[in-house]
Amino acid sequence: MPTSVSEAVSMLDTSRGKALPIAGGTDLLAYWPERLDARDKTYLDLSGVDELCGHTWTDDELIMRARTTFWEIVCDQRATAEMRLLVEAARTVGAIQIQTRGTWGGNIVNASPAADGVLALMALDATLELTGVEGTEEVQLDEFYLGYKQMKRREDQLLTRIRIPRRAYTFQSFTKIGTRKAQAITKVGLAIAKSDSGWRIAANSMAPTVKRCPDLERMLEDETPIRNPTDFLPAIRADVSPIDDIRSTAAYREHVMARVLFHELAPLCPWVGAKSKSE
Amino acid sequence: MTMPADQTQIEVPFTLNGSEIVVRVEPSERLLDTLRYHLAMTGTKEGCGEGECGACTVNMNGLPVNSCLVPTYQARGAEIETIESVQHGSVHPLHSTGATQCGACTPGVVMSAMWLLKNRDKLDTHTVRELMAGNLCRCTGYDGIVNGVESALGLGSDE
Ligand SMILES: Cc1cc2nc3c(=O)[nH]c(=O)nc-3n(C[C@H](O)[C@H](O)[C@H](O)COP(=O)(O)OP(=O)(O)OC[C@H]3O[C@@H](n4cnc5c(N)ncnc54)[C@H](O)[C@@H]3O)c2cc1C
Ligand code: FES
Ligand code: FES
Repeated sequence: MPTSVSEAVSMLDTSRGKALPIAGGTDLLAYWPERLDARDKTYLDLSGVDELCGHTWTDDELIMRARTTFWEIVCDQRATAEMRLLVEAARTVGAIQIQTRGTWGGNIVNASPAADGVLALMALDATLELTGVEGTEEVQLDEFYLGYKQMKRREDQLLTRIRIPRRAYTFQSFTKIGTRKAQAITKVGLAIAKSDSGWRIAANSMAPTVKRCPDLERMLEDETPIRNPTDFLPAIRADVSPIDDIRSTAAYREHVMARVLFHELAPLCPWVGAKSKSE
Repeated sequence: MTMPADQTQIEVPFTLNGSEIVVRVEPSERLLDTLRYHLAMTGTKEGCGEGECGACTVNMNGLPVNSCLVPTYQARGAEIETIESVQHGSVHPLHSTGATQCGACTPGVVMSAMWLLKNRDKLDTHTVRELMAGNLCRCTGYDGIVNGVESALGLGSDE
């Protein structure tokens, strides 16, 4: 069992893709033991690597090491005060028994299009640090995913740190429309943040990856008048590409997303709502 | 050492209900199986086996976890507490409020409830219902469970 990042990374390198890092195991073991491919894998247990534990606040960043659990952030009052999006997202991940084990790093590398942790982190402009045998690289989270479960991470690389800039936020909202409050798989998830760096909107379950929504962000930057939820639809269709699946249809998801945006933004933005002067 | 996919046994020392023990297990074994089949501690139940139902809840280093999602090797050095550590009389409030019918979920419910009793400060930010949401119950419709936990906490009704 590795006890340091450098040891773990060189084991990943020599295994040539056969070893799979395991952090909290809440994704990897969820279908245990039926999932046969997982049985053929060798797990590289990260639970002895203390360097990957815990989070710290610096003057300008929150730094989460990859094994930081959701519960750890739920219990951090500073996170609630400054980065409410993180806490709200964490509280929707399964229930407490999942939050105590599930890690932010696992959520990112598992790369589910419905990942809630990723959604909040993307709206807060997180940067990832990936460490391999040749050193450490930085990737912006909103550029990390290339397609369904495809990402800019080589098999010898560990996700080591997640860095989130500390900004003065005037608005943060996290919405998850699912079937049940707890233990729900998202149908539509939306994170909205407004700071001195501008608007950020990210969506999950609306595309093969969690995605930022640049067209919607621009509409808000420009204060484009919005009278009805449907006014958001062209930008939504440019930003995301939901599919029909067993849980819901693409058109339903687009409409839900439009209504959530309208509902969240109308109380805050004078240019969103029936009273906005679009004519 | 990585955990090999072949079935070489590994030794895992941990503390179970206050006693230090060492188990020899296969690398693929889940903590739930180690407890039930290696150690004959059958109070911890298996429901879904996928992290959804909470029937297998144990405390690991003071926090509730689903033992069906913990590979036993990750319990190395940990403090594990199971339903067997709970005193008989302490579950009385759950009996008297109809929190239990068939009883399949009860050990998990009790583990979460006992944790909540020791971590009352979490009620500053969470409701009893949210903290108990990881324990599914097919029979009681939850009100009995929430009321039982609240009466154990000496509280009124939820919300
Ligand atoms: C009942 C249940 C409910 C759930 N509900 C939700 C939910 O509501 N929202 C949600 O987003 N998720 C949910 N999940 C999924 C899961 O809990 C999260 O994705 C969690 O963040 C995974 O973290 P982990 O540490 O357990 O990952 P693991 O299972 O240990 O690993 C997940 C993946 O990440 C890789 N990995 C882990 N750490 C690293 C690292 N440091 N470097 C490189 N690769 C790494 C692993 O190889 C694996 O591919 C749920 C899971 C269950 C079982
Ligand atoms: S058996 Fe572990 S959560 Fe259901
Ligand atoms: S009492 Fe039967 S499942 Fe809860």
